[in-house]
Amino acid sequence: MAMRRVAIIGAGMTRFVRRALETGRELSWEAAGQALQSCEMTLDDIESVVMGSAPDAFDGVHMKSEWLADGAGGWGKPYMRGYVGGGTGVFSVAQGWYHVASGLFDTCLVVCEEKMSPCKPHPQAAFISIFDNFTERPLGPNLLWIFALEMNAYMQRYGLKKEDIAQVAVKNKRNAADHPAALLGDPAITLQDVLNSEVLAWPVQRLDVSPVSDGAVAVVLAADHVARRVTNKPVWIEGVGWNLDTAHWTDRDLSYPTYVEEAARMAYTMAGITEPRKQINIAEPYDPFDYKELHHLEGLMLFDKGKAPEATALGVTQRNGDLPVCPSGGLLGVGNPIAAAGLMKIAEIFWQLREEAGARQVPGKPRRGVAQAWGDLMQVGTVVVLGR
Amino acid sequence: MATHNHVFPTTGLSQSDFDQNRVVTVDWVPRAEYAWDEGVAMGRYLQGLKEGKILGRVCHKCRRRLVPPRMFCEQCFRPTDEWFEAGDTGTVKTFSLCYVTWDMIKLDQPQIPAVIDIDGASPGMGIMHLLGDADPQAVRIGMKVWAVWRPVDQRAGAITDILYWKPM
Amino acid sequence: MAILDNLEHAVDAQAMRGSLPTRYRYTAGVAGQKFLAALRDEGTLLGSRCDKCQYTYVPPRMYCERCFAALPESAWIRVGPSGTLLSFTLVHLDLEDKPLDPPRLLGLIQLDGASGTLVHDLSEVERRAVRIGLRVTAVFKTKPERSGSILDIRYFKPE
Repeated sequence: MAMRRVAIIGAGMTRFVRRALETGRELSWEAAGQALQSCEMTLDDIESVVMGSAPDAFDGVHMKSEWLADGAGGWGKPYMRGYVGGGTGVFSVAQGWYHVASGLFDTCLVVCEEKMSPCKPHPQAAFISIFDNFTERPLGPNLLWIFALEMNAYMQRYGLKKEDIAQVAVKNKRNAADHPAALLGDPAITLQDVLNSEVLAWPVQRLDVSPVSDGAVAVVLAADHVARRVTNKPVWIEGVGWNLDTAHWTDRDLSYPTYVEEAARMAYTMAGITEPRKQINIAEPYDPFDYKELHHLEGLMLFDKGKAPEATALGVTQRNGDLPVCPSGGLLGVGNPIAAAGLMKIAEIFWQLREEAGARQVPGKPRRGVAQAWGDLMQVGTVVVLGR
Repeated sequence: MATHNHVFPTTGLSQSDFDQNRVVTVDWVPRAEYAWDEGVAMGRYLQGLKEGKILGRVCHKCRRRLVPPRMFCEQCFRPTDEWFEAGDTGTVKTFSLCYVTWDMIKLDQPQIPAVIDIDGASPGMGIMHLLGDADPQAVRIGMKVWAVWRPVDQRAGAITDILYWKPM
Repeated sequence: MAILDNLEHAVDAQAMRGSLPTRYRYTAGVAGQKFLAALRDEGTLLGSRCDKCQYTYVPPRMYCERCFAALPESAWIRVGPSGTLLSFTLVHLDLEDKPLDPPRLLGLIQLDGASGTLVHDLSEVERRAVRIGLRVTAVFKTKPERSGSILDIRYFKPE
């Protein structure tokens, strides 16, 4: 493929909180400002802007991305929004990538923002028509049903117990204690805490889920020649992939995320990865629920089907393990402002590969990482491979 | 550490900031009312439910028997070929025991949503519905269930014309 | 077989009515909070100025949208309460297409010191006397009536 090489050269974010005083625009500006500062660039250096933000209905602002544009540095610039539900955060980097790889722009500022707190009584109100209006909404559904049904199918297929799954929540919340932006970091959380938490929709319990939050993250992308002028530690975007499965979610095999595998294949092919388990050093799969980390690790072909829980129990996915997974603390630990959460994972790999992750730093000079996000009607997979 | 990874300290708000009027707020209830068109396939499906039948469409090329019916096959992108009537029995593909409503109100007795493979449709062609008249602790994946219908004169042409699915 | 061949009668098509159960509680943000608090507590209007871009934002922003510079306290200034009418309209229908009686007079007002405009009601003026360029001034609610809303300005009237 005759495309230019593109690097991430800067990253910044806001703390994730339950409810921010800042508007979505202000959050975007703070994150974008941090990202620009981190690579000593100004808005004048930015030629294009990509905004990732999930449904307008969360903020209750129509044409939300246009409204956010000023805070994302989009004023008077070529500006584009991407929205694939929870997959947005990682997908936004794929969008930013083709802005620069195509030769159309030398730089692109990618901002992801979410402010879920204005939506009452609960952001689920905005989501409720994700269920088919004719065949599902009349049953009075709760969004939790979809995840619980998927989690049960996964557990049953491989004979898993709650303990096998809950260990992921423990790992990630403990990891998040070292993340300066984290909402839910807890260095002392135990497996028993998770297993004793309130049952919401069995098998989903309260501590299996990451709650809604407000926050924003931004990264700066640059073409090769610009990247090399700005930093001696560019992090290259080596592969991008995205894939959408059917919206008839009840027709799917819920125990395996095919859409993640397809997106991963696309990204791995581009990155020249033939043995993902050997060639990838860090993984940040999307973990809004603990079982999803395991589900997604298998879809990313980093572990065989049904084998991710075992590897987790053996410590393989701890920060000092053979394949650290969610060293950031993930959504379970840092928080889940929908679109921003995916970009937080990209930022984490960026910092990890540059050995700037502080107390979260994974040892052994990692050279390559994969970030993955998921969402929509549980059917989008978005994958980005980064490397030094 | 906060500046090392370029993290802005967002101003978090708490419930007391609102209760004590430290923050100006504006409330709004949108008036967004919809009339969703059933469409060709769904219209017939709902009509079938009123008649006590579960209808589907066949795609001959993909050899799939689709429930609920679709007028086009999303895999091969051809129009589907004909109607068929599925049974009103099935198998539980997955289920949950849900103790909260969507707006987080607690329930004493759990609702039991399930994905049910319908007999007569292609394998894995599930629909979501509720189980009823069932002991929550006895529900199992793989369990056979049958549809309990509303009395004929109470049916409206809706998915709720099936009250719930009961273990056989 | 085309999809539409399967629809025997137009009246076979039905629709399901419903709505989305959302409601919202918005906060104004860091800059908006300060603007509305000043309006409520002191009856003053504030803007924020970016000297580099020579642009004053009303309502104020905490950053300049044009050059992205931070606009701290020192960049905040008082604007208005008078200004110039840059446009106006007389609205005859409400959101549901029913007649408004009397029709509603709205103006686009550039407050003295601001670079942009604000939408608000016009009153104490005959329609025939309204023209672009008219000097207007804000009429505020009394302090006990004010709540930290743009409606703490009742309307604008000729100066």
